[in-house]
Amino acid sequence: MNTNYYQFKPLNIGRWIIWGLFALLLVVAPMVFTSSLSHTMLSQMGIAIIVCLSYNMLLGQGGMLSFGHAVYSGMGSFLAIHTLNLVSKGSFPLPVSLIPIVGGLSAMLVAVILGWVTTKKAATPFAMITLGVGELVWASALMFPEFFGGEGGVSGNRVTGSKPFGITYGPQIQLYYLIALYTIICTALMFAFTRTPLGRMLNAVRDNPERVEFVGYDTQKVRYIAFIVAAFFAGISGGLAALNFEIVTSEVVSGYRSGAYLLFTFLGGATFFFGPIIGGIMMVLAFVLLSEFTKAWLLYLGLVFLFMVMYAPGGIASLVMMNLRVAAFGKLRQLWFSYLALTVTALILLAGAGAMIEMVYHLQLNTALGPQLKFMGITLNAKGLNSWFGAAFVMLTGLGLFELTRRQFAHEWSGIQEYIEKESKRRESL
Amino acid sequence: MEFFTISLLNGLSYGLLLFMLSSGLTLIFSMMGVLNFAHASFYMLGAYFAYSTTELIGFWPALLVAPLLVGVLGAAFEKYCLRRVHKFGHVPELLITFGLSYIILEMVQLIWGTSSVNYRVPDALDGPLFTLYGTQFPMYRGFMMLVAVLMLISIWLLLTRTRIGLIIQAALTHPETVESLGHNVPRVFMLVFGGGAALAGLAGVIGGNAFVTEPGMAITVGAVIFVVVVVGGMGSLSGAFVASILIGLIQTFAVGIDSSVVGAASMAGVTITPETFGYALWKLKVSQVAPILPYLFLVLILIFRPRGLLGKREG
Amino acid sequence: MTYALELKDLRKSFGKTEIIRGVNLAVTAGERVGIIGPNGAGKSTLFNLISGRFEPSSGDVLLGGQRINGKKPFEINRLGLSRSFQITNIFPKLSVFENLRCGVLWSLGYKYTFLKFLADLDDANERAEELMQMIKLDKKRDVLAINLTYAEQRALEIGITIAGGASVILLDEPTAGMSRSETSRFIRLIKEVTIGKTLLTVEHDMGVVFGLADKIAVVVYGEVLAFDVPEAVRANQRVQEAYLGSSVADPQAGGH
Repeated sequence: MNTNYYQFKPLNIGRWIIWGLFALLLVVAPMVFTSSLSHTMLSQMGIAIIVCLSYNMLLGQGGMLSFGHAVYSGMGSFLAIHTLNLVSKGSFPLPVSLIPIVGGLSAMLVAVILGWVTTKKAATPFAMITLGVGELVWASALMFPEFFGGEGGVSGNRVTGSKPFGITYGPQIQLYYLIALYTIICTALMFAFTRTPLGRMLNAVRDNPERVEFVGYDTQKVRYIAFIVAAFFAGISGGLAALNFEIVTSEVVSGYRSGAYLLFTFLGGATFFFGPIIGGIMMVLAFVLLSEFTKAWLLYLGLVFLFMVMYAPGGIASLVMMNLRVAAFGKLRQLWFSYLALTVTALILLAGAGAMIEMVYHLQLNTALGPQLKFMGITLNAKGLNSWFGAAFVMLTGLGLFELTRRQFAHEWSGIQEYIEKESKRRESL
Repeated sequence: MEFFTISLLNGLSYGLLLFMLSSGLTLIFSMMGVLNFAHASFYMLGAYFAYSTTELIGFWPALLVAPLLVGVLGAAFEKYCLRRVHKFGHVPELLITFGLSYIILEMVQLIWGTSSVNYRVPDALDGPLFTLYGTQFPMYRGFMMLVAVLMLISIWLLLTRTRIGLIIQAALTHPETVESLGHNVPRVFMLVFGGGAALAGLAGVIGGNAFVTEPGMAITVGAVIFVVVVVGGMGSLSGAFVASILIGLIQTFAVGIDSSVVGAASMAGVTITPETFGYALWKLKVSQVAPILPYLFLVLILIFRPRGLLGKREG
Repeated sequence: MTYALELKDLRKSFGKTEIIRGVNLAVTAGERVGIIGPNGAGKSTLFNLISGRFEPSSGDVLLGGQRINGKKPFEINRLGLSRSFQITNIFPKLSVFENLRCGVLWSLGYKYTFLKFLADLDDANERAEELMQMIKLDKKRDVLAINLTYAEQRALEIGITIAGGASVILLDEPTAGMSRSETSRFIRLIKEVTIGKTLLTVEHDMGVVFGLADKIAVVVYGEVLAFDVPEAVRANQRVQEAYLGSSVADPQAGGH
């Protein structure tokens, strides 16, 4: 039979276009953002994208909530940097560009050992075990300073070894293109994974582990193998990070970092493949830019996360897809005014709340600088009643207006959803 | 000999503290299916509230005020946030408690600063309870054990002898049935969550001054109580009790033992030098290994007895 | 002679309560057996014991002569036994086609590979298409399983159960919750898709059972009261006392 069963539908050409655009974006980005800060951030984004995608293999595709993914990216980092040092000493002639693969393989090895124990259970016990194993490795880091470098960590030098085509990886831009290459290849490989039998059975395990047993698959084995594959990619990301920062400390296996992976993958969207890409980009933006902007960034992050879980558990990717669906039915234009109103009122609300939070932080952390601080171009006095009343007033006004526009928006949105459902039914019966 | 006895008593008090925390976690998990990631954060809040209350009024009121405050916060969180997420499944529930732990950590650092606070044992309880072979056993540790035991007995009495306790027990396994019998199950959930939080808060009140009160205390203790719950067997209160005591004892003893394999070997006449393979492992003193012992225990249990010490077999 | 499925003095206790109290049953290959009995008699427990969800307290379950008690569900499934569930147990976030394809993957030998693309697995895709047509859901190929109607979901459930080509099929109350017309259609579907296979089905609808089964087993309080052809069972005194009550059974049996 020659019929093509898995119809790609009209999106087939679209798929090539999307991948092509992605590759193009990676190549062109450093030429558009030329500052050295941008290049650093772009490099980190590539690393973050790979690790968040690998994390989503567990969370979004397998339904496995892990609090200890940093163990694998971190062990990849450590083994990569040790290998790098061996290359520098001349005892291991490996081109620097292949170091991340060493990271991947070593993380895979760790996952073979630790993953067997970890995947013995599912769901909530699994999450707790990953936390326990994560703490185990992190606590061990302090016990074995020979391997983990103790307080100062392990340093390396990436300008070493053979220099094919004169590429030394000294300049950041050269390393960026290496990272970009790994990013596009790893993304493509992880995407391909979702289209294989194991990938699909992993989804089945997420949806209904009991049923999977009754179609002949050992759910524990499916999870175990997927765990190892995810660790491989996490290790590659760790290896790239080792090359990028040229130093690896025990922080890379900490629970704090695992939590960051979880937070940002979830924010980006765990239910769609491209969600973690958004998440990875946001992670770098938050850690590098937002943290400079305000001392309260972790609080904002926590609050955003909280609201996302309550109101948009599919993450930003799901919001994008919902609107794309609305656009496909030609109804997006109707909403633009509501969206504008929502944005404006939300900004007012956030300005007021942000002012108050900033004032509190200022009082706590910057007391030496006096009670005045600059917020959005206005000078506020953290000890002055005026500033507090003003901020509270702005916040409450914003809250009231936001609630009004939100109700209007919800009304319009549900009207559109009804329309879409009716349309879909109509088209189906044609 | 005195090392043994003192360590035994210290280990028991620490284990009881762990049980205070893990019992609340187990109750919430058994009833609502939610793993409360923020449970240890409630512990931390209890300690900090107690510190501020002690500064303002004194320690004895703090024993009542702090857990109450934490309980109210927990109940409010359940009502306004957790309940909303319930329909999305267990993973989002866990995630929202994870988010809460982040926020609590930030708020604590915001209000009380990033370094430890001087939450001290009250003078009335500061001092030796008794002296054994020259080593003192602090009175406060005894007080801790007393509070813990009293608390646990009253919880047990509440669950088994009162009407609300009966409803809670029933709702533990069959919430829909209980609701169709006319009980306000959502309110029961709120009470249980708030109650669990208050229990954790109380543990914080009595534990925060015995151990250090700092922003990092939540994460350290949090991981250990998760281990306790898995090792004891998910959903088993008696298992959590056994596991808490066991881990409490193991950690306390380990911290006090300064010998290593190198030392033991040299007593047997075998010399281990830096050249020997695995020297990095052999030279570790037991006290250095102490922090990872609970996690090692977890791994061993998972290999040899996956359902936990007293857990019921799944299915 | 080797029976397709044999239960030898099967017992199961939960705590102190004995739910299954010594069940003996021998099913020949190709037979269609209907299992009936009052609620709480232990029918679903029996299925759970056979398919490996629970382990028997004592006694044996033999599949084609081979002991399967104590084996894990996936091991039993690989030996040629498949089951459906009373509460629909499908993959909600996958499409109809994907659901069925998941059901065939193991039986075609694809195991845990991640080095092949699903789109290239012609035999798996063909078989999934075949199944879709058999259970008459081919028009809903890409609909997510969670969006199907109840009857469609039950049909999909059957589809997944037979997908792997198992020779012994256990159906747990397949027509539960269906209307009369849906039930008749469904029975026809079951008959079509289980030609040549050994079938055990738990049912409450007497019409379904008497119309579908070659033999009927009556389970009451964890024991098999009778195991015989439908007419003999209907006439059995003990069965009438314990379960049937002729005035209720006759109209139902006449209806289908």
